[in-house]
Amino acid sequence: MDTFLLALLLMAAGALLTGVVALRPVSHATNRTANFIGPASAAAACLLGVYGLFSGGWSSAESFMLPWGLPFGAFALGLDPLSRLFLLPVFALGFTCALAGCISLRHSDPAEHNLGAHWLFYLLLLLGMTCVMTARDALFFMLSWEIMSLSPFFLIDFNDRDRAVQDASWVYLVAAHLGAVLLIAFFALLWQECDSTLFSAMAVKAPVHGTALFLLALLGFGAKAGLAPLHVWLPEAHPAAPSHVSALLSGAMLNAGLYGIIRSLDFFGPAHEMPGWWGWLLMAAGMLTALMGILKALAQSNLKRLLAYSSVENMGLMVMGAGIGLVGIHTGSAWTAALGFAGCLFHMLNHSAFKGLLFLCAGEVLHATGTVDMTKLGGIQQRMPMLGVLFALGAASIACLPPFNGFAGEFVLSLSMLRSLELPGMEQKIAMLACLTGLMLTSGLSAAVYAKAYGMTFLGQARTDAAAHLHAPQNRFLLPLVIPAAACVLGGLFAPWAFSMVQPTLDFIPVMHAGLITPAAGVISSTESLLARISLIGGAALALVVLFALIRRALLARRGIRRGPVWGCGYQYGTPRIQYSPASFVEPAARIFGGVMGTTVKTEKPAGLFPAPVRLDVDAPDVVRGRFYAPLFQLMEKGCNALKILQNGLVNMYILYILVTLVALLIWGIA
Amino acid sequence: MNDWLYLVEFLLVLLLAPLASGVINRVKAMFAGRHGKPLLQLYYDIFKLLRKGEVLGENVTWVFSAGPVIAMVSSMAALALLPLGGVSSPLAFQGDFILCAYLLGMGRFATILAALDTGSPFEGMGASREALLGALGEPVLFLALLALITTAESLGVPKELSLSTLFNGFSPQAWLSGRPELVMLIFVMGVLLLMENCRIPVDDPTTHLELTMIHEVMILDHSGPSLAFVEYGAALKLWLFSSLLTGLVLPAMPVWAYTLSSLLGVFFCAALVGVIESVMARLRMHVVPALAGLAGSVAAFVLILTLVR
Repeated sequence: MDTFLLALLLMAAGALLTGVVALRPVSHATNRTANFIGPASAAAACLLGVYGLFSGGWSSAESFMLPWGLPFGAFALGLDPLSRLFLLPVFALGFTCALAGCISLRHSDPAEHNLGAHWLFYLLLLLGMTCVMTARDALFFMLSWEIMSLSPFFLIDFNDRDRAVQDASWVYLVAAHLGAVLLIAFFALLWQECDSTLFSAMAVKAPVHGTALFLLALLGFGAKAGLAPLHVWLPEAHPAAPSHVSALLSGAMLNAGLYGIIRSLDFFGPAHEMPGWWGWLLMAAGMLTALMGILKALAQSNLKRLLAYSSVENMGLMVMGAGIGLVGIHTGSAWTAALGFAGCLFHMLNHSAFKGLLFLCAGEVLHATGTVDMTKLGGIQQRMPMLGVLFALGAASIACLPPFNGFAGEFVLSLSMLRSLELPGMEQKIAMLACLTGLMLTSGLSAAVYAKAYGMTFLGQARTDAAAHLHAPQNRFLLPLVIPAAACVLGGLFAPWAFSMVQPTLDFIPVMHAGLITPAAGVISSTESLLARISLIGGAALALVVLFALIRRALLARRGIRRGPVWGCGYQYGTPRIQYSPASFVEPAARIFGGVMGTTVKTEKPAGLFPAPVRLDVDAPDVVRGRFYAPLFQLMEKGCNALKILQNGLVNMYILYILVTLVALLIWGIA
Repeated sequence: MNDWLYLVEFLLVLLLAPLASGVINRVKAMFAGRHGKPLLQLYYDIFKLLRKGEVLGENVTWVFSAGPVIAMVSSMAALALLPLGGVSSPLAFQGDFILCAYLLGMGRFATILAALDTGSPFEGMGASREALLGALGEPVLFLALLALITTAESLGVPKELSLSTLFNGFSPQAWLSGRPELVMLIFVMGVLLLMENCRIPVDDPTTHLELTMIHEVMILDHSGPSLAFVEYGAALKLWLFSSLLTGLVLPAMPVWAYTLSSLLGVFFCAALVGVIESVMARLRMHVVPALAGLAGSVAAFVLILTLVR
């Protein structure tokens, strides 16, 4: 715990220093200083933090209390396996993204960017996330939550000359605050019932309005996790933010929503008293979010937006896992309960690794070519082979392909749904199996999405000059990306070991009651042996791939390789523009799923004897945003504008209001 | 002992896999009134290709060359999870069907990427279609598997549920113990066999027009040993789905009888594919998802029937 507190202090000190630098007039020198102090303190704090997580024993629970100047609340920190597990991606990605950010920002123009401010908010974000996951007091939790929610606004708004970036950061801010309002209501109601803001006091008895509180928590935390229909800020904010920030937001901050949902389960009393439909609600919300996310991702041609929608999908899968776990606990099935939660947490770890990697890779693409629009990219694999390999690893992991870590997580999740016969009632069995089939459809689609993402960005020929004449970075600048890539590969090849990190957490899932913990441990250890088998087969397959590649090389050593034009039906003079584009790649899928998900396919067919140029566009406008939020906020704006009649800027009118109010009060008082 | 037996069976399959494609071609030739290629043609092709050099596209990278190797190895690994000749796989474990399906997905992913690496519009087209079919095929396969799994669980099969228990004489036994609905899974697996192996009515492997192809157009630019890997990988995949189909039909038997009848079964499947290819035309591209939907609905129907007992 001491090392851990030291890490917190280091973050705060770094934030203070960068804050001081930020206040100085911006120049090359201050930017250089900030770009050293910020990443260095973030990286050091994260290393210390990781050490602090493991040093006290992975499965131990510690707590810590400091005097607190405010009239209510308490500075209560705790470090149990649940917090440890969620802090691991925070620190690991915090470290990686600090290094990657330091590299990518090293030449930024002082006239445009104040790096002191950037790193100040980066450190504050890290500090906020760390405190959120360790806070054991509602007030302290909400304060940290606000720090965590506010600092990304300034991080996303990095390129603030861009109108789209400004809009995106406002969308983020509004979404973050709407979520926070619900959470404030949630904790305020709990506080009223328990008469204390300490989590330990809130966990003592079941609240009276359990269902209302559960829904508040689900909506409030779900807004952070990107649960549909509260996901609208994600596809706006992630593409707008600098890539090391998107990586951290997507790989670590979204998890805070999931953490909140799991942690708040503690406040609803014993699990068997919870209504059974809570778990089903979580499951359904997660499944629908996942399907919606992946279908939206399929239609995107902006690489970072695609990744953002894919984050929505993955968060959906995690929430679904938590829902399965709840259903399992409610029905007393140790298998479903243990594997549901374990799958959720395991997938969370894995997702942080590959999504961090993919966002950082997208950042390098942006840096090299100036765009992440896949219709303008292509052929990057040839020009930046190292980056291509890293992205390919990330893509294969997130597409749930063995032997990488994504598959291990998906395996646990699907395994959790296989024992559906233990559930009572036909409709429950069918719902569970339908969910499993939905999971399979999701993962099949995610393979298509990432075949598109990698294929269109990195393979084929460059579609525009921007991609053909890119500025390839030196390979040593890609070194930070190796950390998450290694996590993807090793997390798959040593899946049982990675999975065993989840095990102590299960005992600390608040609703896991004593009767389930022992059988759950058995389930987990048997799953570990299954994962060991998978790792063995995956490793063997990898070895076979190497073997056959060597055989091919040996066979070709005698005959050699010639280079020639690609087969174009006898037509040799094609340009890179005749390649399949991101839109045409997904056109068949968009036609099938268009009705469900609001994808629009616009084709112009060639007509006449001398056809004019034609085009195909596949677009997936966010239906929720366009049909629900936009009208809602327009309505609110209209209402506020209507109120402007009252606030007209005339002082004598305001005095009249006061007079009218006074008279009205007087009459009320007399009556 | 059993592990060694399985190894023998596995090597036998590796050896015989290209023969199935010979059977298909022979049957098609018979229907067309031709004499047709020799039964061993694919062996000749593979050996010839292995001795040749390669021509690579001007802008292709290692992804293009890695595609065939990964696809072949993943088919091989998936095949090693299947029970062969009545012998359970020594690699079998609970939930291995998930790994099997995703290994096939890995092969498909690698093939798609290799096709996109050429930058040819034809190969992009094939890749796009394959990606969609793959995404649609996966839930169908799982619905079929789930029907088997729930039956096994409700019949109280004591062993852990793996491909080796579900496709090793289990299904005929279930028919006889009052689960005749599982017969319908034969249709589902048949459609999957045609879909995953890109045969008529989903895809025409022998058409001459690139615009109408799916799988063949993705491998247009492979040559030499890589093409040999592609062809062999495809043969293994055909064998894999045929064994799944025969595994649904064959009852438990002594090993030698099972080996013999499963070999015959696989060749019978190949012959059946040949007959279908001879008497049917390829479906139009946008009807293919409907076929997947049909197979999926049948599988879902079976699943619900197994659940309502």
